[in-house]
Amino acid sequence: MFEHFSGTENYIASDELREAVNVALALERPLLIKGEPGTGKTLLASAVAEALSRPLYTWHVKSTSKAREGLYVYDAVQRLHDSRFDDKSVSDIRAYIRFGGLGEALRSEVPSVALIDEIDKADLEFPNDLLHELDAMSFKVDETGDVYTAKHRPLVIITSNNEKELPDAFLRRCIFHFISFPSPELMSEIVQVHHPDVDRILVEEAIARFYWLRDLPELRKPPATSELVDWISALVRGGIQAERITDRIPYLGALIKKERDLKATQRALKSYASRRRK
Amino acid sequence: MGDGEVFLEFFYLLRAQGIPVSVREWLTWLECIEKGLVAADLGRAYSVGRAVMIKHERHLDTYDLCFAHFFGGAEAPLALHDAIDEWLSSALPLPQLSPEEFARLEQLDLDRLRELFEERLKEQDERHDGGNRWIGTGGTSPFGHNGRHPSGIRVGGKGRSRSAIQIAGERRFKAYRSDRVLDTRQLGAALRRLRRLGKGERADELDLDETIRQTAQQAGELEIVMKPPRENTLKLILLMDVGGSMDDHARLVEQLFSAAHQASHFKVFKPLYFHNCVYDCVYEEASMLNKVSLEELSRQLDKQTRLLVIGDACMSPYELFSVGGMINYYEHNSRTGAEYLYSLKELYPHHAWLNPIPERFWAHPTIEAIAGMFPMNELTLEGLSEAIELLSREIPKN
Repeated sequence: MFEHFSGTENYIASDELREAVNVALALERPLLIKGEPGTGKTLLASAVAEALSRPLYTWHVKSTSKAREGLYVYDAVQRLHDSRFDDKSVSDIRAYIRFGGLGEALRSEVPSVALIDEIDKADLEFPNDLLHELDAMSFKVDETGDVYTAKHRPLVIITSNNEKELPDAFLRRCIFHFISFPSPELMSEIVQVHHPDVDRILVEEAIARFYWLRDLPELRKPPATSELVDWISALVRGGIQAERITDRIPYLGALIKKERDLKATQRALKSYASRRRK
Repeated sequence: MGDGEVFLEFFYLLRAQGIPVSVREWLTWLECIEKGLVAADLGRAYSVGRAVMIKHERHLDTYDLCFAHFFGGAEAPLALHDAIDEWLSSALPLPQLSPEEFARLEQLDLDRLRELFEERLKEQDERHDGGNRWIGTGGTSPFGHNGRHPSGIRVGGKGRSRSAIQIAGERRFKAYRSDRVLDTRQLGAALRRLRRLGKGERADELDLDETIRQTAQQAGELEIVMKPPRENTLKLILLMDVGGSMDDHARLVEQLFSAAHQASHFKVFKPLYFHNCVYDCVYEEASMLNKVSLEELSRQLDKQTRLLVIGDACMSPYELFSVGGMINYYEHNSRTGAEYLYSLKELYPHHAWLNPIPERFWAHPTIEAIAGMFPMNELTLEGLSEAIELLSREIPKN
């Protein structure tokens, strides 16, 4: 009946996330993914593409991005430049049209996945400029008059880091999922994927320390999954034993990236260690 | 579970609780039922419903509360716990206490107090319980205890074995509610909406249309035309109260300050400080060292500058009003705090006031007086958004 996404070997998705992906697939609506940094928002698109064996087209939004760039870019300057020399014909405008990630997905002959990554980076009005294209799954190249309509509505996955609020009209069209920070149990599975051969005791101990650290109220930027994965790599390469991370944190720099937070952590570690001794 | 009416009732409950669900969300939901996405299982209804009805993480907690209430018969959606928790942990204007009373009060340990409340609440739960919709007969309601599970519910490992009601009752998204203040990041997101686009100073963006026109006019000789990009021309003064009664809110104010500081999109961002009430000058540092008189400030920053004041507006009445009671703005130049506040507001017609004290406790003479002068909002994400909306409006020049 419907294609069904159930995670991949390398991407652990919670039940609710899988449900949201499947709703978006069945309703053919864009899926908006939000969540803390480091919860795997961007990776989701490639995992879905892999699981459904669909091609993935990516559009990384920048602060200067315009909505049309995701569909196509008409390189007028190049054409103007070429026109100054006689070696090339510039009469074919189509030679100067380049398609963006979303444009490619809409032109695709097979069902595809389109990732619009970090949509909140661009201007506030940016998402509204895409409403028509996302509704109709079709776009027009003004310069040539060509209209492209998707043969198969692609699964559009949109990520946001919450740097800006998204307009209501845009939100109404989306299926929404918020990836909450993984529970320690899920985190253990995620780490297992990245570090299959590492001593489980070390991993469990590291995860415990990691959540202790995240719970410190003083931290401005608590460490996320990718920091934990890096830290465990550092622990393994440094040959650190599990019992050595019970009341101190070696290679703290892998987890904490702000000087203020480092100081706060060191203070917290000191009081933690003195409480343990009592 | 094709019984749409029950869900329609649930849909209206969501609306009543302030989740902005519209006809569009309802139709999407019906589409889900039609396509068989919602099988006869409440767990699917919970997650599919959430995916189509909720569009912002700040509403997730309300959704969970509504779901647990509606389908599980748990306590009223806006849990009593929250109110008590807030009452216990937030600093509110205290009634006048004698030193003896104060000493007695301080002996009470906050944690102990909280424990007592929780014990009492648990007893109450058992008596109140009686939900019988959808999931059996309610049983003991384990929901909403600040995310703590009474023993017996916790199931380790995979989540499959828990019911949707239990999942909803866990309140995993409480931290994302918008009526509590959140992290710097979310404050920053709100602040970014505060902008006023105008021409920038440096012409460093290619003006394609003009380039083509000029080039055509010169018979194909390339003529590049640059233009200044549109950028934010908004100037912002963040005026913060660092008076003693603000100590309890220091963390909140600091978060807002660093959010504004990081939001580098303002043309000018000027943090200033005052103590309890604004008089003839404000200070450039929290330590109150460098004075800036209001007169000088008005020379540095023009009328278009937005003024955002953060303070509890809570002081002894004499700090605000002149001796003799009523204030008279126009007739004589008495040096009351209220008058200085008034002239500040006149200097900057785009102004708003954020108060870290929840609105329910604003019945205080000086808060009421200042709220009469400045549009006042709570210092929460919602309050900040409202203030920003106000500041973003253009006032026609006269």
